[in-house]
This record gives sequence, C-alpha cells and structure tokens, in this order.
Amino acid sequence: MVTPTPLTIDSLTKVYGEVTALRDVSFAAAPGRVTGFLGPNGAGKTSTLRILLGLNRPTAGAALIDGRRYRDLEAPARRVGASLSADVFHPGRSGRNHLLQLAIAGGIDRARVDHVLAQVGLTEAARRAVGGYSLGMRQRLGLASALLGDPAALVLDEPINGLDPDGIRWMRGLLRSLAAEGRTVLLSSHVLSEVQQTVDDVVVIRHGRIVFDGTLEALEAGTSRVRVDATDRAALADALTRAGATVEPGAAGLTVLGLDAARTGEVARDAGVALTHLSDEGDGLESVFLALTADEATGTAPAASEGSAA
Amino acid sequence: MSVLASLGRATAAELAKVFSLKSWWLLGLIMVAYVGMTAAGLAFFVSDLGAQLAGAGTGAPAPALDPVDTANLVYSSVTAVGLVIPLLFGALLATTEYRHGTLTPTVLAQPRRGIVLTAKAIVAALMGALYGVLGLIGSVGLGAPVLAALGEDPALGEPEVIGVLLRTLVATALWSLLGLGLGALLTSQIAAIVIVLAFTQFVEPILRLVASVWEWSASLGRFLPGSATDALVGAGILSSLGALDPSAPSAPVDALLWWQGGLVLAALAGGLLLAAALTTQRRDVE
Repeated sequence: MVTPTPLTIDSLTKVYGEVTALRDVSFAAAPGRVTGFLGPNGAGKTSTLRILLGLNRPTAGAALIDGRRYRDLEAPARRVGASLSADVFHPGRSGRNHLLQLAIAGGIDRARVDHVLAQVGLTEAARRAVGGYSLGMRQRLGLASALLGDPAALVLDEPINGLDPDGIRWMRGLLRSLAAEGRTVLLSSHVLSEVQQTVDDVVVIRHGRIVFDGTLEALEAGTSRVRVDATDRAALADALTRAGATVEPGAAGLTVLGLDAARTGEVARDAGVALTHLSDEGDGLESVFLALTADEATGTAPAASEGSAA
Repeated sequence: MSVLASLGRATAAELAKVFSLKSWWLLGLIMVAYVGMTAAGLAFFVSDLGAQLAGAGTGAPAPALDPVDTANLVYSSVTAVGLVIPLLFGALLATTEYRHGTLTPTVLAQPRRGIVLTAKAIVAALMGALYGVLGLIGSVGLGAPVLAALGEDPALGEPEVIGVLLRTLVATALWSLLGLGLGALLTSQIAAIVIVLAFTQFVEPILRLVASVWEWSASLGRFLPGSATDALVGAGILSSLGALDPSAPSAPVDALLWWQGGLVLAALAGGLLLAAALTTQRRDVE
C-alpha cells in the first residue's frame, strides 16, 4: 500500500547573487495524480525541484514532502524517488553498479536493483559502462534510480528529453500506472505537448513566478478561438458578447474567445445575423502555453533550447 | 534511522563506488611498480655507498653502514616517492563527484552532507592504508631481495624496521585524508590534480632544501608535510642520508618526534576537511 505523499511548494524564493530565480512560488502535487511543472528553460523549474529535494537551499519559503523537508525524512530515498538530469553518472561505472551503490547508501533491498533495471528495459545494458549509453538509456537509468526505493512520490526533471517515440509512449504508460497506484508524480517539461497526454494537473512557471496552476481541463478551456465575419458586424459582436464571449474586432472579421465554433454559429443564427465567414482558429494548448510563457516585451516565447535547464 | 547506521551505509556505498571503477587498482599498480623500482635502485645505491666507505678506510676498520638504517632507507621509498598516490586518490575521491555530476545522486541518497564527508574520510583512510600495503609490497618485495643479493642484511626481523613499516601505513592513510580535504575544498578535479603533482614533485622538495639552509627556516621546515612524514615514519631520503654518512654535519635543529610528525599531518588533514565542511560542503549541489 502506497503512503499518500503530497508535495507542497510553499512561498519559495531563491536569489542567486543579483538574480532572483524564484519569487514566492507556491503549488502542490497531489497523490494519485500526475502534475506537469511547465515553463521555458531558465524559468525556475529545476531550481524549484532541487530545493524540494534538499540539494539547494531556498532563500525564503519551504518545500515539503508530506509536511517534512527531504533531509528530515526517515528514509528519503524510499519515500521520494528523483531523477533530475541524465548527466549524473560516472562514465566508467556500469548502470547496475550505479544503482547498487544508491541502494546501499539508501538502505534499499539490493534485489530492487535488477527489478528496476528490468522495469525500465535496461537489463541487457546493465553491466556495461554508462559512458557507452545513449541519452535515452541514461534517461531510463535515471528513472530506474528514481524507482529504486519503490517511493510514494516521484520527481522527474524533463524525463521525456532524449526518448524516442516508443520511449515516450512507454514513459506515458508507466507514469500513468504509477499515479494510478496512488503515487504522486511531479514532472517538469519545457514543452507542454510532450506531456499533455500524461498530466492531470498543470503548473506553469515563467521568470520564477507561477502564472497558471490548475487542471489540464481548466487550461484547455481557455484555448478556443473562432474567427467569424458578417455583413452586420456590430449586431454579431453584440450577440456574441451577450452570449458570454470576448470579441476582438480585426481587419479580417471578429475573433471570438470563450465560445467554440458550433456555439458561435448558433448564437449568430439565433440573432438572425447571416455569417460570411466562420473558422475554428483554436490552435490548441501549446499556443495557450506559449502565450502564458511569452515575454511581454517581444510577444515571443523565450528561446526553448534543449538541455539548458536552470 | 540512527546517524551511525546512516554512516555505515554511506561508507559501504563509498567503498562500492571506489571498487566499481578502474582508477583504484591502476593507482595501486603504479604504487607497487614505482615504489618497487625506487627501492631496488636505493638498495643498489646504499650497497655501493657502503663499499666506497669501506674502501676509503685505510688501515682503520671500515665504518660499516648500520643495516637497520640501510634497510629503513630502502623500505621507506613508499613515503619518499609514493605518497603522491594516496594523495591523488583522496583528491579524486572528492572531486570525481563534481567532475561527473554524481554528487546529486550521492546527496539524494544521503542528504546529510556531514555523513557523506565522514564516510569519504573513512574510505580515504582505509584506502590510503591499502596503498601503503601495496607500496610496502613494492619496497620490501623488491628492496629486500636486492639487499640480500648484494650481501647486505635486509633486517626484516628488527623491531625498528617493523616500526617503520607500520608507521608507513599511518603515513599513507593520512596523505589520503590530506588529498580528500584538498579535493573537497577545491572541488575542481583539474585544479586538485595540478596542485597535488606540483606540490609533491616540485614545491615541497624545493621548500625543504631551501628551509634546511638557515636554522630559523629549518625549524619551520620541520612542519612541512614531507618532513613531518619523515619524522612520523622515522626514515626518508632527505633526512636519512645524513644518518648514513657519518661525515655529514648534524642537522641544525632537532627533527620532530614520530608522534609529533603524525600530529602535524593529522592536524593539516583535519583542518582541510573542516574548512571544506564549513564552506564547499554547505553550498548548493549544482
């Protein structure tokens, strides 16, 4: 039976010299759910996770695991499993020996080593030096280290990075089944589309501040975008606004937010306005995510280059 | 979980980490070969020196070399040339974690950094003593047969010689701790290797030679790690040659006693480890 282990980030602030990496960051990851912690690289995801795991010290605030700091847990590696980077292995050591020393240090039954190696599909490569592993294999080894203590909570930083399409599908299935067992799964990504089929809850961070915290459905609700036009634009805009939509006039017609295409058509019909144009311009979650994380100054998302997580 | 149980696990994990890489036995191999060749060379040298001294003595009975001094000089090649190996091992034990990012999993498995550093210190001392044993396999294993073949007394049964051999293990263990302290304080592997090699191969030998010129500097020079090691072990090339040659002037200042030499090394290693524990070991794990 899995002990429910919520992860609580409470008013975290982290200052590195002149740079404030995190400003009053608060959110929670609940047991039995997969929480996606999203934001561009450099937004503060890795800093937050490293503080949660006791690797870095917060300037203010706290990050708690079932109400306690990581370092104060009875047997931390058996309560929380973490994989923060694919570059935490000595190239000369075999994957199996890496896990073996973690098991010894964490007071974990050594039989778990071969179990998790099989679980992540690394049994055959286990006795080879990690220096010869691909990025995907190192990601799997990282996941194996996280699963080693059979933990009730998992913290994974960019776990999809470097996986091939088969690997991504496999990872989704695994994370869903871990959450279904009642475990808390907190994973970060800089690309929402990579994880949108996996996560239940979404937390979006930008420039060290939380800009969205809610369910995936709540995020999706904000995505509909319909372009519509009529000879009598004023009457149409009036009807749509009365139906609860936000209407933005433009050169090529009206942009309708908050109503989907079918509902927009119905509103126009009921108002007796003949449409000259109706198109669904909703460009999905990714654009909502990009809009959330875009820089106000330029209107573009900060560069999301690979592997330079904060 | 009690601190002692955690420390036991952390120590076992550190040992497992050491033995799962090739570097520990490569260093051991170098230790045996380098120290062994030095000991054999020294055995030839002291035997030759003894012959020359005997030839010089005309009429009067030849002043024979003391077999215990001769044997000690040969066997102490471990501390004369081999200390760089445990020093390097200790430095690598600390810095490899930073070089390869393995500090993150290490601290995840044991978030109390003091326990990790203490476990590493235990492993450094144990492995340092092991390198001492390997060095003695080289120095005694090659030095004693060469001495015997040249007609000298290997003196292996002498309590004084046995004392030197045992204190050699203490010296290599302490030098491994010195390396750990240095590595934990520097965290950069390249910087640690450069400093270890430069200090043991150039800086300290030169300092010791220069320090021996004046009385005031000689009294300070006794506290250099190499001099302190010679005092601890009770033999060394720089300090023993004088003892071998009765015509050499006696040292201007008294050498440290063996336990004082040991204390100097222990204080140096402890100071470095404490400094690391208070600075680098409290920083964020990046």
